[in-house]
Amino acid sequence: MDLSNINSVITENTKVVALTHQSNVLGTINPLKAIVARAHEVGAVVVLDACQSAPHMPIDVKELDVDFLVFSGHKALGPTGVGVLWSSVLDDLPPFLYGGSMIETVTMTTATWAPAPRKFEAGVPNMAQAVGLGAALDYLTNIGMINVHDHEVSLTQYLIEKLQQVPELKIVGPTNIDARGGTVSFTVGEIHPHDLGQYVDSQGVAVRTGHHCAWPLTRKLGVPATTRASLYLYNDESDCDALFDAILGAQKYFA
Amino acid sequence: MELDSLYQEVILDHYKHPMNKGLSATYGAQVHHVNPSCGDEVTLNVSAEKGIITSITWDGVGCSISQASVSIASDLLVNKSFAEAEAILNEFTELMHSKGTQQGNPEVLDDAVAFAGVSKFPARIKCALLGWMAIKDAAVRINTTTKGE
Repeated sequence: MDLSNINSVITENTKVVALTHQSNVLGTINPLKAIVARAHEVGAVVVLDACQSAPHMPIDVKELDVDFLVFSGHKALGPTGVGVLWSSVLDDLPPFLYGGSMIETVTMTTATWAPAPRKFEAGVPNMAQAVGLGAALDYLTNIGMINVHDHEVSLTQYLIEKLQQVPELKIVGPTNIDARGGTVSFTVGEIHPHDLGQYVDSQGVAVRTGHHCAWPLTRKLGVPATTRASLYLYNDESDCDALFDAILGAQKYFA
Repeated sequence: MELDSLYQEVILDHYKHPMNKGLSATYGAQVHHVNPSCGDEVTLNVSAEKGIITSITWDGVGCSISQASVSIASDLLVNKSFAEAEAILNEFTELMHSKGTQQGNPEVLDDAVAFAGVSKFPARIKCALLGWMAIKDAAVRINTTTKGE
């Protein structure tokens, strides 16, 4: 990320700086320190999308010094339709939905709210999903986030070295392992990502293809779409080898 | 291999050597259709005279299925009346939703029967239908502006 114009992008008029910790397209880990410092300098709050980082590395919200941090359950081995919102300023914020379980006292003309986080959880809670996500996070914690991270770093290194051997394959995003996580997007010559994805799927390898919900970025990169391998704690080198073989197979198939 | 039922030779041929690609200078209607979930795009010009489709030209980007399908459709539906084109289009749509249970009638669908295998891959059906829906849209626009008369 180019930080040279940070002072003209984040100004006295900025109230909220919302950004991703690690890009779901490029894999890039953003340089938070300078951004958070600048945001706080102008009195803005920082909202961090940690969907691609919290499930993959140890996170210390105090050290990051962000004001809000969010991540989704389905990227952390958990269920869909549930996620985490953490904030140091929840007590200062008014509720945005009213309903059961979020009040302290109610009269015909007044109401006071339960303490956070309950005041933000009106109505019947998403119980099954919350319990499922809790179990998933306990599972990750027991393994140890530093172990998850170490595993991914070495595996990402292996995958990138492997992919760089494929003719016509271009990695979209940094190849420097210090600047990225385990989501690796790429293009392979003229093979359209949906065709490539279909082929590698037939070989038992699951990848994501398309814009990854970031069409403006895909346009800026000048590609119709990309193919993305997303490594996690359940992957090993044989998975990277299978992907490598499948890409070579696709090149023959669509030649 | 199951994949071969998806990527028939005729589909890959049309993908590599598309027909009617390159937009005509004039048209009765021009439409632009996309598959938002994958970014396949097609811009399509249709001209008609006396109720007959006289020209279908297009330009686009996307996967082999989407681009081959618009290529085949543009060849198949030209020189047909709107009613004939609609009947062919309806038969193709039905084939796409057949979940692999139909082969398609080559007397009606010609090369388009090659897409029969696509109906077994739910995520790709919309790729195959993109160009056809664009042609349908263009035909409707021509008829609502009566340029097809």
